[in-house]
Amino acid sequence: MSKTFQHLVSTAVPIAIENIDTDQIIPARFLKATTRDGFGENLFRDWRFDTNNEPKKDFILNNPIYKGEVLVAGKNFGCGSSREHAAWAIGDYGFKVVISSFFADIFKNNALNNFILPITVTDEFLDKIFKAIETDPAAQLEVDLEKQSLKIVATGEEISFDINPYKKACLINGYDDIDYLLSLRKEIESYEASREFNF
Amino acid sequence: MGKTLFDKIWDSHVVVSKPGFPDAVYINTHFIHEVTSPQAFDGLRKRGIPVFRTAKTRATADHNVPTIDQHLPIKEALSRKQVEMLTANTKEFGVELYGLGHPYQGIVHVIGPELGITLPGMTIVCGDSHTSTHGAFGAIAFGIGTSEVEQVLATQCILQYRPKRMKIEVNGQLKKGVVSKDIILYIISKISASGATGYFVEYAGEAIRSLSMEARMTICNMSIEMGARGGLIAPDQTTFDYIKGREFAPKGADWDKALAYWETLYTDADAEFDVVLTFDAADIEPMITYGTNPGMGIGVTQHIPSLTEVDDKEKPSFKKSLEYMGLEPGSELLGKKVDYVFIGSCTNSRIEDLRMVADFVKGKKKAEDVVVWIVPGSKQVEAQAKEEGIDKIFEAAGFHLRQPGCSACLGMNEDKVPAGMYCISTSNRNFEGRQGPNARTFLASPLSAAAAAITGKVTDVRELV
Repeated sequence: MSKTFQHLVSTAVPIAIENIDTDQIIPARFLKATTRDGFGENLFRDWRFDTNNEPKKDFILNNPIYKGEVLVAGKNFGCGSSREHAAWAIGDYGFKVVISSFFADIFKNNALNNFILPITVTDEFLDKIFKAIETDPAAQLEVDLEKQSLKIVATGEEISFDINPYKKACLINGYDDIDYLLSLRKEIESYEASREFNF
Repeated sequence: MGKTLFDKIWDSHVVVSKPGFPDAVYINTHFIHEVTSPQAFDGLRKRGIPVFRTAKTRATADHNVPTIDQHLPIKEALSRKQVEMLTANTKEFGVELYGLGHPYQGIVHVIGPELGITLPGMTIVCGDSHTSTHGAFGAIAFGIGTSEVEQVLATQCILQYRPKRMKIEVNGQLKKGVVSKDIILYIISKISASGATGYFVEYAGEAIRSLSMEARMTICNMSIEMGARGGLIAPDQTTFDYIKGREFAPKGADWDKALAYWETLYTDADAEFDVVLTFDAADIEPMITYGTNPGMGIGVTQHIPSLTEVDDKEKPSFKKSLEYMGLEPGSELLGKKVDYVFIGSCTNSRIEDLRMVADFVKGKKKAEDVVVWIVPGSKQVEAQAKEEGIDKIFEAAGFHLRQPGCSACLGMNEDKVPAGMYCISTSNRNFEGRQGPNARTFLASPLSAAAAAITGKVTDVRELV
């Protein structure tokens, strides 16, 4: 997985389903690994493979027409369990950006902590992306994190997205939260000393 | 202007707040378990740093553990490895572990409260979304990912943006046969599985206030199922009575000091919320879910929405969901045959839940073709149930009390519901495959689950109590 993110032009894989929960992204029985690697193999496991481990033909990740580093999904993506394995699976599979009209909070944090960019767009713009890919599976999307813009290249339609400035800097420069928190050690210790009632 | 309870606790835990940066928030208690911690310990090792405050971290093994023959080695190799790694990591880093065989072992969200570790005014995190359970004590408690577990192990702090505030008031009194699980399933069915995303919820109102601590935990537990960062309830005499005398609760002069602080933990009368929702407890009937997210719930006597009642945009997801469940739009669930009954999980596996089920099934017999799994939340719950003879009542009814763990809530151990089977479950998620590949879940209260165990089908428990 890349440790920075700045700019990307890529085709996208659309999954127009709402409320995709983290049990679909990576079922619990695949959470037994003790490293962060290899989860991509089981991304959307039960949607991708039948009980005999044969690929399900009608699932989009098994359709060679659709590929790319961008995943586009219906609203409330990543709801449910806090398992960071969901973000690891998405990253390990090769996605660098996930676009939806709404993300669950914990998933969004987990994605950002793994240098995967979750982009929240309006319902209308999400529809436009789905339509663009439906019209042409080779339709490209352009993501510019510095400008905070997302463009459907073929139509030129563009939308700006929100990201908090701290996380934006982390992604662009490859910083992580622990580096920052470790730098606050003095403040943390003086906070502890100042608490009359520190459980 | 006054402050909300949430803001009072949050503000007193902010270590550093800089414009443009998330707040660095101090964490009083960090619970860890075997599934979401190995990569975090690995991260510490790579950085060459210790656990910053070992005494503020507690570990238990719950997600992967078998619920029978816990004295034997875990059969499944990967599960065994994860549990062994937790033992090795906690030993290496000096963290207290309540592992398999320990009298305090159990589901992380059951043991924290019952041991008096969870206290009002605390900040509590765990690499598990149902950490919101601890909010029942008037604590800020929420689930985190593994990178965040590593942050907390390394610094006892977490970087977070302050969520928005929502108040959910449930007024009036519950009707007979309706319990706290029905309240929360009802709320989620009204506001959807994403209705509280971005918010921290405070539950209030007469119906909430009159609940026991255990029932309050069930409500806060499922806050995440409507997307909320967490949910909390202001502490009161019920809270203080529950905590007093528990293993790690403050004692003597410390108790008096703590109590004086806890009594300041309420939302000021003039504090403002971003959103306030109000419900009437009398409108709530026993609830059951029919779909594949916890927002897809109905009163047990109601029918599943027909296609004309579903928004056009939501139709594809709705159809996919019902297809998975093998159910028809517009049909009723009442009388639907049930294959499995699971009573357990961090939502409903406490002693009060088991007592409720035991009271109901006493003198009754399980339906012949139903498999019933009753999984206590902890070793202490198991011991208490045995002391009260609850295990004997279960046996007489044809049930069996298993050993503690997360079990069929997420089927990481052997307790999986077979493909295509229907399970009425007291757990928190009805996602596709949650209880096993292609398993079908109906979420309901312990009382409704017990009723289904007796009749073998989805039942309106009010007719039996």
